Amino acid sequence: MTELTELGVAAIRDGVAKGDFTAVEVAEAFNANVAAAQDALNAFIVATPDAAIDAAKAVDVKRAKGEALGKMGGVPIGMKDLFATKGVQTTAASHILEGFKPEYESTVSQKLWDAGAGMLGKLNLDQFAMGSSNETSYFGNVISPWKRNDGGNAPLAPGGSSGGSSAAVSARLCPAATGTDTGGSIRQPAAFTGISGIKPTYGRCSRWGIVAFASSLDQAGPMARDVRDCAVMLEAMAGFDPKDATSLNLPVPEWEANLSGDLKGRRVGIPREYRMDGTDADVLASWDRGIEWLKDAGAEVVDVSLPHTKYALPAYYIIAPAEASSNLARYDGVRYGLRDLPDGANLQDMYAATRAAGFGAEVKRRIMIGTYVLSAGFYDAYYTQAQKVRTLISQDFRNAFTQVDVILAPTTPTAAFGLGDMVSDPLAMYLNDVFAVPASLAGLPAMSVPAGLNREGLPLGLQIVGKPFDEQGVLNAGLAIEARAQFTAKPEKWW
Amino acid sequence: MSVDTATVARIASLARIKVSQAEIDAMVPELNGILAWVEQLGEVDVSGVEPMTAVIENHLRLRDDVIDADPLTAGGVRDKVLANAPAAEHGFFGVPKVIE
Repeated sequence: MTELTELGVAAIRDGVAKGDFTAVEVAEAFNANVAAAQDALNAFIVATPDAAIDAAKAVDVKRAKGEALGKMGGVPIGMKDLFATKGVQTTAASHILEGFKPEYESTVSQKLWDAGAGMLGKLNLDQFAMGSSNETSYFGNVISPWKRNDGGNAPLAPGGSSGGSSAAVSARLCPAATGTDTGGSIRQPAAFTGISGIKPTYGRCSRWGIVAFASSLDQAGPMARDVRDCAVMLEAMAGFDPKDATSLNLPVPEWEANLSGDLKGRRVGIPREYRMDGTDADVLASWDRGIEWLKDAGAEVVDVSLPHTKYALPAYYIIAPAEASSNLARYDGVRYGLRDLPDGANLQDMYAATRAAGFGAEVKRRIMIGTYVLSAGFYDAYYTQAQKVRTLISQDFRNAFTQVDVILAPTTPTAAFGLGDMVSDPLAMYLNDVFAVPASLAGLPAMSVPAGLNREGLPLGLQIVGKPFDEQGVLNAGLAIEARAQFTAKPEKWW
Repeated sequence: MSVDTATVARIASLARIKVSQAEIDAMVPELNGILAWVEQLGEVDVSGVEPMTAVIENHLRLRDDVIDADPLTAGGVRDKVLANAPAAEHGFFGVPKVIE
Protein backbone atom coordinates (compact mmCIF):
# COMPACT_ATOMS: atom_id res chain seq x y z
CA MET A 1 0.00 0.00 0.00
CA THR A 2 1.13 3.54 -0.70
CA GLU A 3 2.40 5.37 2.32
CA LEU A 4 -0.65 7.29 3.54
CA THR A 5 1.28 10.50 4.15
CA GLU A 6 2.25 10.62 0.46
CA LEU A 7 -1.43 11.00 -0.47
CA GLY A 8 -3.11 14.33 -1.14
CA VAL A 9 -6.57 15.62 -0.27
CA ALA A 10 -8.57 14.04 -3.12
CA ALA A 11 -6.74 10.69 -2.82
CA ILE A 12 -7.39 10.50 0.93
CA ARG A 13 -11.03 11.53 0.54
CA ASP A 14 -11.59 8.93 -2.19
CA GLY A 15 -9.61 6.21 -0.39
CA VAL A 16 -11.56 6.67 2.83
CA ALA A 17 -14.85 6.68 0.92
CA LYS A 18 -13.94 3.45 -0.90
CA GLY A 19 -12.67 1.78 2.25
CA ASP A 20 -9.05 1.38 1.09
CA PHE A 21 -8.06 2.68 4.52
CA THR A 22 -9.81 4.31 7.45
CA ALA A 23 -9.78 7.97 8.36
CA VAL A 24 -8.24 7.03 11.72
CA GLU A 25 -5.32 5.29 9.97
CA VAL A 26 -4.72 8.46 7.96
CA ALA A 27 -4.88 10.71 11.01
CA GLU A 28 -2.50 8.45 12.94
CA ALA A 29 0.02 8.47 10.09
CA PHE A 30 0.03 12.28 9.85
CA ASN A 31 0.04 12.71 13.64
CA ALA A 32 3.22 10.63 13.70
CA ASN A 33 4.86 12.78 11.02
CA VAL A 34 3.88 15.98 12.85
CA ALA A 35 5.43 14.74 16.10
CA ALA A 36 8.60 13.48 14.43
CA ALA A 37 9.30 16.75 12.61
CA GLN A 38 8.44 19.27 15.31
CA ASP A 39 11.89 19.75 16.82
CA ALA A 40 13.58 20.17 13.45
CA LEU A 41 11.04 22.21 11.48
CA ASN A 42 8.99 23.99 14.19
CA ALA A 43 6.06 24.11 11.76
CA PHE A 44 3.37 23.89 14.47
CA ILE A 45 2.78 26.12 17.47
CA VAL A 46 0.36 23.58 18.98
CA ALA A 47 -0.26 20.03 17.77
CA THR A 48 -3.76 18.65 18.29
CA PRO A 49 -3.46 14.90 17.62
CA ASP A 50 -6.59 14.12 19.62
CA ALA A 51 -8.68 16.52 17.55
CA ALA A 52 -7.44 14.80 14.39
CA ILE A 53 -8.32 11.35 15.73
CA ASP A 54 -11.75 12.46 16.99
CA ALA A 55 -12.67 13.95 13.62
CA ALA A 56 -11.42 10.82 11.85
CA LYS A 57 -13.44 8.54 14.12
CA ALA A 58 -16.57 10.53 13.35
CA VAL A 59 -15.92 10.07 9.62
CA ASP A 60 -15.34 6.33 10.01
CA VAL A 61 -18.58 6.00 11.99
CA LYS A 62 -20.47 7.88 9.28
CA ARG A 63 -19.03 5.61 6.63
CA ALA A 64 -20.08 2.52 8.58
CA LYS A 65 -23.61 3.93 8.63
CA GLY A 66 -23.50 4.67 4.91
CA GLU A 67 -23.78 8.44 5.37
CA ALA A 68 -22.19 11.07 3.12
CA LEU A 69 -18.66 11.95 4.30
CA GLY A 70 -18.32 15.52 3.00
CA LYS A 71 -15.96 17.22 0.54
CA MET A 72 -13.03 16.75 2.91
CA GLY A 73 -14.23 13.57 4.58
CA GLY A 74 -11.34 11.92 6.43
CA VAL A 75 -8.72 14.50 5.43
CA PRO A 76 -6.61 15.83 8.33
CA ILE A 77 -5.26 19.33 7.77
CA GLY A 78 -3.05 21.93 9.38
CA MET A 79 -4.71 25.19 10.49
CA LYS A 80 -2.72 28.41 10.27
CA ASP A 81 -2.67 29.88 13.78
CA LEU A 82 -4.45 32.98 12.53
CA PHE A 83 -7.84 31.21 12.52
CA ALA A 84 -9.77 31.25 15.79
CA THR A 85 -10.37 27.68 16.94
CA LYS A 86 -12.72 27.16 19.84
CA GLY A 87 -10.90 26.02 22.95
CA VAL A 88 -7.53 25.73 21.16
CA GLN A 89 -4.87 28.41 21.67
CA THR A 90 -4.90 30.97 18.85
CA THR A 91 -1.91 33.32 18.87
CA ALA A 92 -1.21 34.86 15.44
CA ALA A 93 2.35 33.84 16.49
CA SER A 94 2.43 36.79 18.89
CA HIS A 95 3.30 36.91 22.58
CA ILE A 96 0.39 39.32 23.03
CA LEU A 97 -2.09 36.50 22.31
CA GLU A 98 -0.20 33.70 24.03
CA GLY A 99 -2.67 31.55 25.95
CA PHE A 100 -5.73 33.02 24.17
CA LYS A 101 -8.36 30.30 23.77
CA PRO A 102 -11.23 31.58 21.65
CA GLU A 103 -14.80 30.94 22.73
CA TYR A 104 -15.80 30.68 19.09
CA GLU A 105 -14.74 29.05 15.83
CA SER A 106 -13.79 30.95 12.66
CA THR A 107 -16.21 30.51 9.77
CA VAL A 108 -13.59 28.97 7.47
CA SER A 109 -12.35 26.41 10.00
CA GLN A 110 -15.94 25.51 10.94
CA LYS A 111 -16.75 24.93 7.26
CA LEU A 112 -13.75 22.61 6.97
CA TRP A 113 -14.79 20.58 10.02
CA ASP A 114 -18.35 20.44 8.68
CA ALA A 115 -16.91 19.06 5.43
CA GLY A 116 -15.28 16.18 7.31
CA ALA A 117 -11.74 17.55 7.79
CA GLY A 118 -9.86 17.14 11.06
CA MET A 119 -7.24 19.34 12.71
CA LEU A 120 -3.65 18.17 13.14
CA GLY A 121 -2.64 21.39 14.87
CA LYS A 122 -2.14 25.13 14.68
CA LEU A 123 0.58 26.14 12.25
CA ASN A 124 3.34 28.66 12.90
CA LEU A 125 3.44 31.89 10.88
CA ASP A 126 4.98 35.32 10.80
CA GLN A 127 3.69 37.37 13.73
CA PHE A 128 0.25 38.76 12.80
CA ALA A 129 1.06 37.50 9.28
CA MET A 130 3.63 40.29 8.88
CA GLY A 131 6.65 38.85 7.15
CA SER A 132 7.90 36.90 4.15
CA SER A 133 10.20 34.38 5.83
CA ASN A 134 8.48 33.21 9.02
CA GLU A 135 11.24 34.86 11.06
CA THR A 136 8.93 37.22 13.00
CA SER A 137 7.08 34.52 14.97
CA TYR A 138 7.32 34.78 18.75
CA PHE A 139 7.39 30.97 18.74
CA GLY A 140 10.58 30.70 16.69
CA ASN A 141 11.48 30.37 13.03
CA VAL A 142 9.99 27.70 10.85
CA ILE A 143 12.76 25.84 9.03
CA SER A 144 12.10 24.88 5.42
CA PRO A 145 12.39 21.14 4.75
CA TRP A 146 14.30 22.06 1.57
CA LYS A 147 18.10 22.31 1.34
CA ARG A 148 20.29 23.66 -1.44
CA ASN A 149 22.05 21.01 -3.52
CA ASP A 150 25.49 22.45 -2.73
CA GLY A 151 26.01 19.98 0.09
CA GLY A 152 25.79 22.81 2.60
CA ASN A 153 23.40 22.72 5.46
CA ALA A 154 22.18 26.34 5.47
CA PRO A 155 18.66 26.54 6.92
CA LEU A 156 16.28 28.12 4.39
CA ALA A 157 13.15 30.22 4.82
CA PRO A 158 9.86 28.44 4.09
CA GLY A 159 8.42 31.79 2.98
CA GLY A 160 5.85 33.77 4.83
CA SER A 161 3.62 34.56 6.30
CA SER A 162 2.10 31.07 5.88
CA GLY A 163 5.50 29.44 6.49
CA GLY A 164 4.29 26.76 8.88
CA SER A 165 1.66 25.80 6.30
CA SER A 166 4.15 25.59 3.42
CA ALA A 167 6.77 23.68 5.40
CA ALA A 168 4.20 21.22 6.78
CA VAL A 169 2.61 20.46 3.41
CA SER A 170 5.90 20.02 1.57
CA ALA A 171 7.37 17.88 4.38
CA ARG A 172 4.29 15.59 4.33
CA LEU A 173 3.19 16.58 7.84
CA CYS A 174 -0.24 17.29 6.42
CA PRO A 175 -1.82 16.81 2.99
CA ALA A 176 -3.07 20.40 2.98
CA ALA A 177 -3.24 23.47 5.18
CA THR A 178 -5.06 26.74 5.40
CA GLY A 179 -3.21 29.92 4.54
CA THR A 180 -4.08 33.57 4.45
CA ASP A 181 -2.83 36.05 1.87
CA THR A 182 -2.59 39.79 2.48
CA GLY A 183 0.25 40.58 0.06
CA GLY A 184 1.42 37.16 -1.10
CA SER A 185 1.36 35.11 2.10
CA ILE A 186 -0.11 32.04 0.40
CA ARG A 187 1.62 32.26 -2.97
CA GLN A 188 5.17 33.15 -1.91
CA PRO A 189 5.56 30.34 0.67
CA ALA A 190 3.93 27.89 -1.76
CA ALA A 191 6.52 28.86 -4.39
CA PHE A 192 9.41 28.53 -1.92
CA THR A 193 8.45 24.98 -0.95
CA GLY A 194 7.24 23.43 -4.21
CA ILE A 195 3.54 23.26 -3.42
CA SER A 196 0.36 24.87 -4.78
CA GLY A 197 -1.74 27.57 -3.15
CA ILE A 198 -4.58 29.80 -4.23
CA LYS A 199 -5.82 33.11 -2.91
CA PRO A 200 -9.42 33.44 -4.14
CA THR A 201 -11.23 36.63 -5.07
CA TYR A 202 -11.49 38.99 -2.10
CA GLY A 203 -14.70 38.09 -0.28
CA ARG A 204 -14.92 34.42 -1.35
CA CYS A 205 -13.79 33.16 2.07
CA SER A 206 -15.22 34.71 5.20
CA ARG A 207 -12.78 36.70 7.31
CA TRP A 208 -14.89 36.13 10.44
CA GLY A 209 -12.69 34.65 13.12
CA ILE A 210 -9.41 35.29 11.28
CA VAL A 211 -7.09 37.53 13.29
CA ALA A 212 -7.18 40.75 11.28
CA PHE A 213 -4.06 42.25 9.71
CA ALA A 214 -5.22 44.47 6.80
CA SER A 215 -8.93 43.93 6.34
CA SER A 216 -9.23 45.22 2.76
CA LEU A 217 -6.55 42.72 1.66
CA ASP A 218 -6.80 39.67 3.96
CA GLN A 219 -8.15 36.58 2.23
CA ALA A 220 -7.97 32.91 3.21
CA GLY A 221 -7.14 30.09 0.83
CA PRO A 222 -5.86 26.51 0.66
CA MET A 223 -2.26 25.30 0.33
CA ALA A 224 -1.84 21.75 -0.93
CA ARG A 225 0.32 19.56 -3.12
CA ASP A 226 -1.56 19.98 -6.37
CA VAL A 227 -4.19 22.01 -8.17
CA ARG A 228 -7.01 19.53 -7.72
CA ASP A 229 -6.49 19.43 -3.97
CA CYS A 230 -6.60 23.24 -3.87
CA ALA A 231 -9.90 23.16 -5.78
CA VAL A 232 -11.41 20.61 -3.40
CA MET A 233 -10.38 22.47 -0.29
CA LEU A 234 -11.35 25.91 -1.61
CA GLU A 235 -14.87 24.59 -2.24
CA ALA A 236 -15.04 23.59 1.41
CA MET A 237 -13.67 26.94 2.65
CA ALA A 238 -15.59 29.40 0.47
CA GLY A 239 -19.14 30.67 0.74
CA PHE A 240 -21.31 33.55 1.86
CA ASP A 241 -21.16 34.49 5.52
CA PRO A 242 -23.51 37.14 6.91
CA LYS A 243 -21.04 37.71 9.77
CA ASP A 244 -18.48 39.27 7.38
CA ALA A 245 -19.65 42.54 5.81
CA THR A 246 -17.35 42.02 2.80
CA SER A 247 -18.36 38.41 2.18
CA LEU A 248 -19.53 37.77 -1.40
CA ASN A 249 -23.12 36.59 -1.61
CA LEU A 250 -22.48 34.17 -4.46
CA PRO A 251 -22.90 30.41 -4.78
CA VAL A 252 -19.68 28.38 -4.51
CA PRO A 253 -18.82 26.98 -7.96
CA GLU A 254 -17.92 23.32 -8.45
CA TRP A 255 -14.27 24.06 -9.11
CA GLU A 256 -13.09 20.46 -8.86
CA ALA A 257 -15.74 19.04 -11.20
CA ASN A 258 -15.00 21.75 -13.77
CA LEU A 259 -11.21 21.38 -13.80
CA SER A 260 -9.81 21.27 -17.33
CA GLY A 261 -6.26 21.82 -18.51
CA ASP A 262 -7.41 22.36 -22.10
CA LEU A 263 -6.82 26.06 -22.79
CA LYS A 264 -7.96 26.18 -26.45
CA GLY A 265 -9.52 29.54 -27.12
CA ARG A 266 -8.08 31.05 -23.92
CA ARG A 267 -5.80 34.06 -23.97
CA VAL A 268 -2.93 34.41 -21.53
CA GLY A 269 -1.38 37.80 -20.81
CA ILE A 270 2.33 38.28 -20.16
CA PRO A 271 2.83 41.56 -18.30
CA ARG A 272 5.94 43.26 -19.66
CA GLU A 273 6.50 45.33 -16.49
CA TYR A 274 7.17 42.14 -14.53
CA ARG A 275 10.47 41.70 -16.42
CA MET A 276 12.32 43.64 -13.78
CA ASP A 277 16.02 44.29 -13.46
CA GLY A 278 17.59 42.01 -10.92
CA THR A 279 15.15 39.14 -11.40
CA ASP A 280 16.97 35.85 -11.14
CA ALA A 281 17.91 34.25 -14.50
CA ASP A 282 16.44 30.89 -13.46
CA VAL A 283 13.16 32.60 -12.55
CA LEU A 284 13.01 34.25 -15.99
CA ALA A 285 13.82 30.93 -17.70
CA SER A 286 11.05 29.23 -15.74
CA TRP A 287 8.62 31.96 -16.80
CA ASP A 288 9.57 31.38 -20.45
CA ARG A 289 8.97 27.65 -20.04
CA GLY A 290 5.58 28.43 -18.50
CA ILE A 291 4.66 30.49 -21.56
CA GLU A 292 5.55 27.55 -23.83
CA TRP A 293 3.53 25.15 -21.66
CA LEU A 294 0.41 27.31 -21.88
CA LYS A 295 0.82 27.59 -25.66
CA ASP A 296 1.12 23.81 -25.76
CA ALA A 297 -2.15 23.62 -23.80
CA GLY A 298 -3.82 25.59 -26.59
CA ALA A 299 -3.71 29.12 -25.21
CA GLU A 300 -2.86 32.20 -27.20
CA VAL A 301 -0.17 34.28 -25.53
CA VAL A 302 -0.57 38.06 -25.56
CA ASP A 303 1.80 40.79 -24.41
CA VAL A 304 0.01 43.06 -21.90
CA SER A 305 0.95 46.15 -19.94
CA LEU A 306 0.30 46.82 -16.25
CA PRO A 307 1.90 50.27 -16.17
CA HIS A 308 1.59 50.96 -12.44
CA THR A 309 3.24 47.71 -11.32
CA LYS A 310 6.26 49.41 -9.75
CA TYR A 311 4.02 51.43 -7.46
CA ALA A 312 2.14 48.44 -6.07
CA LEU A 313 4.65 47.60 -3.37
CA PRO A 314 5.06 51.13 -1.97
CA ALA A 315 1.25 51.57 -2.01
CA TYR A 316 0.90 48.27 -0.18
CA TYR A 317 3.40 49.38 2.47
CA ILE A 318 1.22 52.38 3.24
CA ILE A 319 -2.21 50.72 3.05
CA ALA A 320 -1.42 47.49 4.90
CA PRO A 321 0.36 49.17 7.86
CA ALA A 322 -2.40 51.81 8.05
CA GLU A 323 -5.06 49.12 8.36
CA ALA A 324 -2.87 47.12 10.74
CA SER A 325 -2.35 50.09 13.03
CA SER A 326 -6.08 50.44 13.51
CA ASN A 327 -6.85 46.69 13.63
CA LEU A 328 -4.15 46.06 16.23
CA ALA A 329 -5.41 48.85 18.47
CA ARG A 330 -7.62 46.18 20.06
CA TYR A 331 -4.64 44.61 21.86
CA ASP A 332 -4.75 46.72 24.98
CA GLY A 333 -4.28 44.31 27.86
CA VAL A 334 -7.91 44.63 28.90
CA ARG A 335 -10.08 42.14 27.04
CA TYR A 336 -7.81 39.23 26.14
CA GLY A 337 -4.19 38.30 25.82
CA LEU A 338 -1.18 39.69 27.59
CA ARG A 339 -1.31 42.42 30.23
CA ASP A 340 1.83 44.16 31.48
CA LEU A 341 1.02 46.31 34.50
CA PRO A 342 4.15 47.92 35.95
CA ASP A 343 4.00 49.02 39.60
CA GLY A 344 2.05 52.22 39.97
CA ALA A 345 1.08 52.28 36.30
CA ASN A 346 -2.08 54.03 35.19
CA LEU A 347 -4.32 52.84 32.37
CA GLN A 348 -2.34 54.60 29.62
CA ASP A 349 0.93 53.23 30.99
CA MET A 350 -0.58 49.74 31.00
CA TYR A 351 -1.61 50.00 27.34
CA ALA A 352 1.88 51.16 26.31
CA ALA A 353 3.73 48.60 28.45
CA THR A 354 1.47 45.74 27.30
CA ARG A 355 1.94 46.59 23.63
CA ALA A 356 5.70 47.08 24.05
CA ALA A 357 6.04 43.66 25.70
CA GLY A 358 3.55 41.84 23.48
CA PHE A 359 4.35 42.91 19.91
CA GLY A 360 7.48 41.88 18.01
CA ALA A 361 9.79 44.33 16.24
CA GLU A 362 8.25 43.99 12.75
CA VAL A 363 4.73 44.39 14.14
CA LYS A 364 5.77 47.54 16.00
CA ARG A 365 7.49 48.87 12.87
CA ARG A 366 4.30 48.46 10.83
CA ILE A 367 2.04 49.92 13.52
CA MET A 368 4.37 52.93 13.71
CA ILE A 369 4.36 53.42 9.92
CA GLY A 370 0.59 53.04 9.85
CA THR A 371 0.09 55.48 12.70
CA TYR A 372 2.32 58.01 10.98
CA VAL A 373 0.66 57.83 7.54
CA LEU A 374 -2.78 58.19 9.12
CA SER A 375 -1.80 61.04 11.43
CA ALA A 376 -3.12 64.57 11.01
CA GLY A 377 -1.27 66.45 8.29
CA PHE A 378 0.08 63.34 6.55
CA TYR A 379 -3.11 61.41 5.77
CA ASP A 380 -3.68 62.84 2.29
CA ALA A 381 -0.03 62.81 1.24
CA TYR A 382 0.38 59.14 2.12
CA TYR A 383 -2.85 57.24 2.66
CA THR A 384 -5.16 58.97 0.18
CA GLN A 385 -2.41 59.01 -2.45
CA ALA A 386 -1.81 55.27 -1.92
CA GLN A 387 -5.52 54.50 -2.27
CA LYS A 388 -5.62 56.47 -5.53
CA VAL A 389 -2.64 54.54 -6.84
CA ARG A 390 -4.46 51.39 -5.79
CA THR A 391 -7.38 52.44 -8.01
CA LEU A 392 -4.94 52.81 -10.91
CA ILE A 393 -3.40 49.38 -10.26
CA SER A 394 -6.87 47.86 -10.27
CA GLN A 395 -7.67 49.67 -13.54
CA ASP A 396 -4.46 48.30 -15.08
CA PHE A 397 -5.75 44.78 -14.47
CA ARG A 398 -9.23 45.64 -15.70
CA ASN A 399 -7.73 46.96 -18.94
CA ALA A 400 -5.55 43.89 -19.38
CA PHE A 401 -8.52 41.60 -18.79
CA THR A 402 -10.33 43.14 -21.77
CA GLN A 403 -7.64 41.40 -23.86
CA VAL A 404 -6.85 38.24 -21.92
CA ASP A 405 -8.46 35.65 -19.62
CA VAL A 406 -5.57 35.13 -17.19
CA ILE A 407 -2.13 36.58 -16.57
CA LEU A 408 1.05 34.50 -16.14
CA ALA A 409 4.03 35.74 -14.12
CA PRO A 410 6.63 34.40 -11.71
CA THR A 411 5.45 34.14 -8.10
CA THR A 412 8.69 35.46 -6.60
CA PRO A 413 11.83 37.20 -7.93
CA THR A 414 14.10 34.52 -6.38
CA ALA A 415 13.95 31.03 -4.90
CA ALA A 416 13.98 30.59 -1.12
CA PHE A 417 16.66 32.59 0.68
CA GLY A 418 18.53 31.60 3.81
CA LEU A 419 17.19 32.31 7.27
CA GLY A 420 18.80 35.49 8.52
CA ASP A 421 19.79 36.70 5.02
CA MET A 422 17.20 39.48 4.91
CA VAL A 423 16.38 40.33 8.52
CA SER A 424 18.70 43.30 8.77
CA ASP A 425 17.05 45.05 5.82
CA PRO A 426 13.24 45.32 6.03
CA LEU A 427 13.04 46.85 2.54
CA ALA A 428 14.90 43.96 0.88
CA MET A 429 12.47 41.57 2.57
CA TYR A 430 9.45 43.58 1.37
CA LEU A 431 10.74 43.44 -2.23
CA ASN A 432 10.34 39.66 -2.26
CA ASP A 433 6.58 40.20 -2.62
CA VAL A 434 6.92 42.44 -5.68
CA PHE A 435 5.08 40.04 -8.02
CA ALA A 436 2.47 38.97 -5.49
CA VAL A 437 1.23 42.29 -4.12
CA PRO A 438 -0.46 43.78 -7.23
CA ALA A 439 -3.13 41.03 -7.37
CA SER A 440 -3.75 41.50 -3.64
CA LEU A 441 -4.30 45.23 -4.04
CA ALA A 442 -6.82 44.50 -6.80
CA GLY A 443 -8.58 41.69 -4.87
CA LEU A 444 -8.02 39.22 -7.70
CA PRO A 445 -7.82 35.42 -7.54
CA ALA A 446 -4.21 34.29 -7.90
CA MET A 447 -2.36 31.03 -7.44
CA SER A 448 1.15 29.67 -7.41
CA VAL A 449 2.01 26.26 -8.84
CA PRO A 450 5.42 24.56 -8.80
CA ALA A 451 7.28 25.00 -12.09
CA GLY A 452 10.60 23.29 -11.50
CA LEU A 453 13.86 23.51 -9.61
CA ASN A 454 16.53 26.18 -9.97
CA ARG A 455 20.28 25.58 -10.29
CA GLU A 456 20.50 25.18 -6.50
CA GLY A 457 17.83 22.44 -6.50
CA LEU A 458 15.21 24.74 -4.97
CA PRO A 459 11.58 25.03 -6.14
CA LEU A 460 10.32 27.91 -8.26
CA GLY A 461 6.67 28.84 -8.64
CA LEU A 462 4.63 30.30 -11.47
CA GLN A 463 1.74 32.60 -10.69
CA ILE A 464 -1.59 32.82 -12.47
CA VAL A 465 -3.80 35.85 -11.85
CA GLY A 466 -7.43 35.84 -12.94
CA LYS A 467 -10.46 38.07 -13.31
CA PRO A 468 -12.63 38.67 -10.28
CA PHE A 469 -14.67 35.52 -9.48
CA ASP A 470 -12.77 33.45 -12.09
CA GLU A 471 -11.00 31.02 -9.77
CA GLN A 472 -11.87 28.36 -12.35
CA GLY A 473 -9.80 30.05 -15.04
CA VAL A 474 -6.89 30.35 -12.61
CA LEU A 475 -7.13 26.71 -11.49
CA ASN A 476 -7.40 25.49 -15.08
CA ALA A 477 -4.30 27.38 -16.21
CA GLY A 478 -2.57 26.05 -13.09
CA LEU A 479 -3.59 22.53 -14.06
CA ALA A 480 -2.18 23.00 -17.58
CA ILE A 481 1.16 24.08 -16.08
CA GLU A 482 1.14 21.29 -13.53
CA ALA A 483 0.56 18.66 -16.24
CA ARG A 484 3.60 19.89 -18.17
CA ALA A 485 5.96 20.82 -15.35
CA GLN A 486 5.71 17.24 -14.03
CA PHE A 487 6.98 18.53 -10.70
CA THR A 488 7.62 15.51 -8.50
CA ALA A 489 10.57 16.79 -6.47
CA LYS A 490 10.22 16.75 -2.72
CA PRO A 491 12.61 17.62 0.05
CA GLU A 492 14.89 14.81 1.06
CA LYS A 493 14.06 13.85 4.61
CA TRP A 494 16.73 15.05 7.07
CA TRP A 495 14.55 15.72 10.13
CA MET B 1 9.35 63.91 4.40
CA SER B 2 11.44 62.36 7.09
CA VAL B 3 11.06 61.76 10.80
CA ASP B 4 13.33 62.75 13.68
CA THR B 5 13.55 61.36 17.20
CA ALA B 6 10.85 63.71 18.51
CA THR B 7 8.46 62.62 15.76
CA VAL B 8 9.15 58.94 16.37
CA ALA B 9 8.51 59.44 20.08
CA ARG B 10 5.21 61.14 19.25
CA ILE B 11 4.16 58.35 16.87
CA ALA B 12 4.97 55.76 19.53
CA SER B 13 2.87 57.67 22.00
CA LEU B 14 -0.04 57.86 19.54
CA ALA B 15 0.33 54.12 18.90
CA ARG B 16 0.44 53.41 22.66
CA ILE B 17 3.75 51.58 22.44
CA LYS B 18 6.33 52.24 25.14
CA VAL B 19 9.77 52.76 23.56
CA SER B 20 13.17 53.46 25.05
CA GLN B 21 15.47 56.17 23.73
CA ALA B 22 17.69 53.47 22.23
CA GLU B 23 14.70 51.98 20.39
CA ILE B 24 13.73 55.41 19.09
CA ASP B 25 17.27 55.99 17.84
CA ALA B 26 17.19 52.65 16.02
CA MET B 27 13.76 53.31 14.50
CA VAL B 28 14.56 56.72 13.02
CA PRO B 29 16.76 55.46 10.14
CA GLU B 30 14.54 52.39 9.57
CA LEU B 31 11.36 54.43 9.27
CA ASN B 32 13.09 57.05 7.14
CA GLY B 33 14.31 54.34 4.78
CA ILE B 34 10.77 53.03 4.34
CA LEU B 35 9.23 56.51 4.05
CA ALA B 36 11.79 57.62 1.44
CA TRP B 37 10.93 54.53 -0.58
CA VAL B 38 7.14 54.97 -0.43
CA GLU B 39 7.52 58.61 -1.45
CA GLN B 40 7.93 57.52 -5.10
CA LEU B 41 4.11 57.35 -5.08
CA GLY B 42 4.18 61.14 -5.27
CA GLU B 43 5.34 60.95 -8.91
CA VAL B 44 2.13 59.18 -10.03
CA ASP B 45 -0.39 61.43 -11.76
CA VAL B 46 -3.61 60.81 -9.84
CA SER B 47 -5.60 63.76 -11.11
CA GLY B 48 -9.24 62.76 -11.45
CA VAL B 49 -8.64 59.40 -9.74
CA GLU B 50 -10.86 58.42 -6.83
CA PRO B 51 -9.23 56.68 -3.88
CA MET B 52 -10.24 53.03 -3.74
CA THR B 53 -12.97 52.16 -1.27
CA ALA B 54 -13.77 48.56 -2.25
CA VAL B 55 -11.62 46.13 -4.27
CA ILE B 56 -14.57 44.06 -5.42
CA GLU B 57 -17.92 45.71 -6.11
CA ASN B 58 -20.16 44.47 -3.36
CA HIS B 59 -23.56 45.39 -2.04
CA LEU B 60 -23.45 46.66 1.53
CA ARG B 61 -26.02 44.71 3.46
CA LEU B 62 -28.17 45.81 6.35
CA ARG B 63 -29.18 43.23 8.89
CA ASP B 64 -32.75 43.00 10.09
CA ASP B 65 -33.44 45.62 12.74
CA VAL B 66 -34.04 42.98 15.36
CA ILE B 67 -32.23 42.59 18.67
CA ASP B 68 -29.95 39.54 18.65
CA ALA B 69 -31.01 38.69 15.08
CA ASP B 70 -27.94 36.47 14.63
CA PRO B 71 -27.41 34.27 17.68
CA LEU B 72 -23.71 33.89 16.85
CA THR B 73 -23.01 37.60 17.10
CA ALA B 74 -25.75 38.43 19.57
CA GLY B 75 -25.43 39.41 23.23
CA GLY B 76 -26.07 37.40 26.36
CA VAL B 77 -22.59 35.85 26.41
CA ARG B 78 -20.96 37.88 29.18
CA ASP B 79 -18.96 35.02 30.60
CA LYS B 80 -17.61 34.07 27.18
CA VAL B 81 -16.62 37.68 26.55
CA LEU B 82 -14.77 37.80 29.85
CA ALA B 83 -13.26 34.32 29.61
CA ASN B 84 -9.90 35.49 28.24
CA ALA B 85 -9.61 38.76 30.14
CA PRO B 86 -6.40 39.20 32.15
CA ALA B 87 -8.52 40.60 35.02
CA ALA B 88 -12.28 40.11 35.19
CA GLU B 89 -14.24 40.81 38.36
CA HIS B 90 -17.94 40.91 39.17
CA GLY B 91 -18.83 40.54 35.50
CA PHE B 92 -16.64 43.42 34.34
CA PHE B 93 -13.20 43.95 32.81
CA GLY B 94 -10.78 45.07 35.51
CA VAL B 95 -8.38 47.96 34.79
CA PRO B 96 -6.11 50.13 36.93
CA LYS B 97 -7.82 53.01 38.73
CA VAL B 98 -8.59 55.79 36.24
CA ILE B 99 -9.97 58.49 38.58
CA GLU B 100 -7.59 59.85 41.17
